[in-house]
Amino acid sequence: MTLYGGIFYLLAILVLVSTILAITRRHAVNAIVYLIVSFFGTALLFYLLGAPFLAVLEVIIYAGAIMVLFLFIVMMTDLQPSERGKGLALGQWLPAIILGAISLLVMAALIVAVPTNQIGLRGGMAAPIAFGHFLFQQYWFPVEIASFLLLIALVGALYLGRRESKLEPHPSKENR
Amino acid sequence: MIVPYSHLLILAVILFVMGAVCTIARRNLIMILIGVEIMLNAAGLAFIGASLYWKQLDGQAFVLFIMAVAASEVAVGLALIVYLQRRTGSVNADDYSAMKG
Repeated sequence: MTLYGGIFYLLAILVLVSTILAITRRHAVNAIVYLIVSFFGTALLFYLLGAPFLAVLEVIIYAGAIMVLFLFIVMMTDLQPSERGKGLALGQWLPAIILGAISLLVMAALIVAVPTNQIGLRGGMAAPIAFGHFLFQQYWFPVEIASFLLLIALVGALYLGRRESKLEPHPSKENR
Repeated sequence: MIVPYSHLLILAVILFVMGAVCTIARRNLIMILIGVEIMLNAAGLAFIGASLYWKQLDGQAFVLFIMAVAASEVAVGLALIVYLQRRTGSVNADDYSAMKG
């Protein structure tokens, strides 16, 4: 096993363990902090697999922006102990774990069955400048669509998050 | 050579299934959204591996769009959670039983 292979397996174990811890925590804050660790591990995996720009974006967007947004919402919504009862309810987890195990087995079998999947990945690195040139030459239109999607999400979040207006009937409705 | 391609795909599949289990089993709306995030992240990992496998940059471009979709989904989803919490005072999916018939 090469050095890069060892780093890969270490990072894989880090990501898997922190994700398991994240999805089994009772309190959302603990889950979010574990998930930040998981996303840092994923960012290092991205770097190992030759995507330094996306590794940086993973830290900034996922570990930074999205998880901090989650933390803000957890602070805003004064959470009662949201999952009732103690511990993890078996009735909720058992079907999910069975279904997950079945789909995991099927997908793993499909992956292993293809012989070309056993070829080793050769290291490579996509320089950010090359990635930027590629993105804006080949995928300029999806980039515009993505920016438009973000704008729509911003407007939607503002609309949903506005304060409730006074409970006066709208004048146009009274005139009918 | 780093690792066989299949190992990377299996790591992505395990992460995806973990996110799916979290989405199915948890009742807290915030945890459900976190499960969706884990699934999107696992898909991104598979894309990056494929990008390295075929030495094409398209996979990395797709990860960028996945990140944009994840960010907008989280923004709207969390706004919906805040809205629901104001309306019903709860973020537990079991409490939304107005349509139970």
